Amino acid sequence: MSDLEPKPTKKPKIPRQKMPEQDPIQRAHNFYEVALGYENDLALLEASRCLQCKKPSCMKGCPVEVDIPDFIQLVKSGDLMGAAWKIKEKNSLPRIAGRVCPQESQCESKCVVGAKGKGEPCAIGRLERYVADYAATHDDGKRPELPKPTGLKVGVVGSGPAGLTLAGALIKKGVGVTVFEALHELGGVLVYGIPEFRLPKAIVRSEVDELRKLGVEFKTNWVIGRIETVDDLLEKRKYDGVFIGSGAGAPLFLKIPGENLNGVYSANEFLTRANLMKAYMFPQADTPVAKGRRVVVFGGGNVAMDSARTALRLGAEEVTIVYRRTMDELPARTEEVHHAIEEGVKFQLLNSPTEIVGNDSGWAIAVNLQKMQLGEPDASGRRRPVAIPGDTAQIECDTIIVAIGNGANPLVPTSTKNLETNKWGNIVADLETGTTSRDRVWAGGDIVTGAATVILAMGAGRKAALAMLNTFGIS
Amino acid sequence: MFEILEKERIGPGVNRAVISAPEIAAAHRPGQFIILRTHKDGERIPLTVADKDTEKGTITLVWQEVGATTYYMSTMCIGEKFQDICGPLGKPTHIENFGTVVGVGGGIGVAPLYPITKGLHDAGNHMVSIIGARTEGLLIMTEDIRKVSDELIISTDDGSFGVHGFVTQVLQGLIDKGTKIDLVVAIGPVPMMKAVCNVTRKASLPTVVSLNPIMVDGTGMCGACRVEVAGKTLFGCVDGPEFDGLQVDFDLLMKRLAMYKGPELIALNNFRETPRGCQCTFPGGA
Repeated sequence: MSDLEPKPTKKPKIPRQKMPEQDPIQRAHNFYEVALGYENDLALLEASRCLQCKKPSCMKGCPVEVDIPDFIQLVKSGDLMGAAWKIKEKNSLPRIAGRVCPQESQCESKCVVGAKGKGEPCAIGRLERYVADYAATHDDGKRPELPKPTGLKVGVVGSGPAGLTLAGALIKKGVGVTVFEALHELGGVLVYGIPEFRLPKAIVRSEVDELRKLGVEFKTNWVIGRIETVDDLLEKRKYDGVFIGSGAGAPLFLKIPGENLNGVYSANEFLTRANLMKAYMFPQADTPVAKGRRVVVFGGGNVAMDSARTALRLGAEEVTIVYRRTMDELPARTEEVHHAIEEGVKFQLLNSPTEIVGNDSGWAIAVNLQKMQLGEPDASGRRRPVAIPGDTAQIECDTIIVAIGNGANPLVPTSTKNLETNKWGNIVADLETGTTSRDRVWAGGDIVTGAATVILAMGAGRKAALAMLNTFGIS
Repeated sequence: MFEILEKERIGPGVNRAVISAPEIAAAHRPGQFIILRTHKDGERIPLTVADKDTEKGTITLVWQEVGATTYYMSTMCIGEKFQDICGPLGKPTHIENFGTVVGVGGGIGVAPLYPITKGLHDAGNHMVSIIGARTEGLLIMTEDIRKVSDELIISTDDGSFGVHGFVTQVLQGLIDKGTKIDLVVAIGPVPMMKAVCNVTRKASLPTVVSLNPIMVDGTGMCGACRVEVAGKTLFGCVDGPEFDGLQVDFDLLMKRLAMYKGPELIALNNFRETPRGCQCTFPGGA
């Protein structure tokens, strides 16, 4: 290097690479995926931002403990298939996790690159998605060698994120797995609840197929609690263990007047019709859904955002989210709120619905609202909304979606002998191991914790799998 | 799985099929239903199991042509398979020896009433069955019902067969005669069930009805099948389908059943324009 050339000082700082997205105006009218994923050069650039920490704190933020620095190192070295298998050692559903995990509050919140406001964290989630998509589209047919079958077998109730994760973890240790699903399609909330534009069904199918290739058996249209019970699985089918991952599938309603009027949906029903039953293709697909002109959504979580954005895509002229706190307390992911705003969803904050008004033929025509203000923090740590007496409003609408959460579905808990449940009907289980009051019965995910996130359910599935393996004496 | 083994037309727009579904046949109890899809873009519709044969591993379904799905089912032939049948779903009928039970069935409602009548008869009840329809040609499964009843009264609105009048009039007649009735089970069109309950309420007779709200998943997940019973919102699929008829808000049920009238017509027209499945029989044909 001659003296004439400037001396290189610090490495130039590479910014966090944005993921290309569909234009908001365009995407608000289609069901194609919003986020388009990294191209190769963007992924390499982003991977180069990882510091390869000796004591990686990012992994502590991951409920399934993916070896994050190791997989990113493999991306840097160009071994994308290797990177994919590195992720899959811990996470059997990386194409899903890369899309719907709240990375900003998990792995990425602990990333050193982003610590103490020095910069933005490495986009671990986007890299995971890139690697997993690459592996799925460049499948070389090679699979890691599985251990010899142990002869043990486990029944899994529910094919949602908890059940699928557990199935993946067990089959890789030589334990036979049969997954029982009530619906006709596999994936649970991933296929009925999360819209196509956020998680295409083809992605879920490819992850399920991957598990099938590893040897997991699936039975659809199989409602445990009706056609067979958990006790039947243990006694008649002679399973060595049963995992209950039946989810929080029982929609909650506000118990306000007018809630059973036509045009009022639970988010579960609205999303199931739109997603799973493909109502957006009606009448090419047979299932209809009310295509509201003016739609009101109650709630502030991811499900409320999904419902509002789905309503827009079905052709609504105006979609309003009614939430009783402020923007700062919205439980939804920042990215989803941001996407909803970009697409034109309106927010009526500090308002709480008090009544749904109907016409003579039984259809909803308006919602009465009570204005709120924030008071002292409640048990959840969030400031409690308090009614401002006399301050009310009304919104005209034709479709209402109630997205205020789900309770425990009673079918499995009430049909299983001596299975302890709490006052909300959730199964009582150890959060670290999934063990329940019944020998050889484990449980995890929303049926234990109440409605939570996909990745927490995956974490619960993984922990229960490790606990089962431990019980079976397999390391 | 789910192959159609037998199929016949048993009334105008009414068909009966025997379908291979061994696991469902084994688990099914009277009062329970299934949810089926005809094809991969079909909708999920609930139908009560009209009969079963656990040895042969079959279930029997009876349906009336109403919308795209039920018309499509009518065009499906022996040997064709349903995409999915999920079941059994719902709570089984509470069966015990009540004493004298009057079963009231109207129109297509006779099909779901049959296994319940059979179950109650087997449990030692004195079964009085009242079967009605608008006209003689619309009466179904009368011989099936006769075999499991101690008494059978048939009525038609137009008097073309049996007693001239409504099933409610026949029931009222039994009550007026002083017949000792311990339980009434009524299944049929919602207005009929409502009318039956108006009769039994006055006579303070416990009455069970089997409701048919619109459903999607049928496992308590979606809440489409909300019904109000004694002022409380319940789910037809997991809390029912049977409820205390004296407490049901039938007017709400009727309104909710009408929710998709418009789209149902669009779907039916679409089906007629783009027929699918086996084409050897046509909707509306003999």
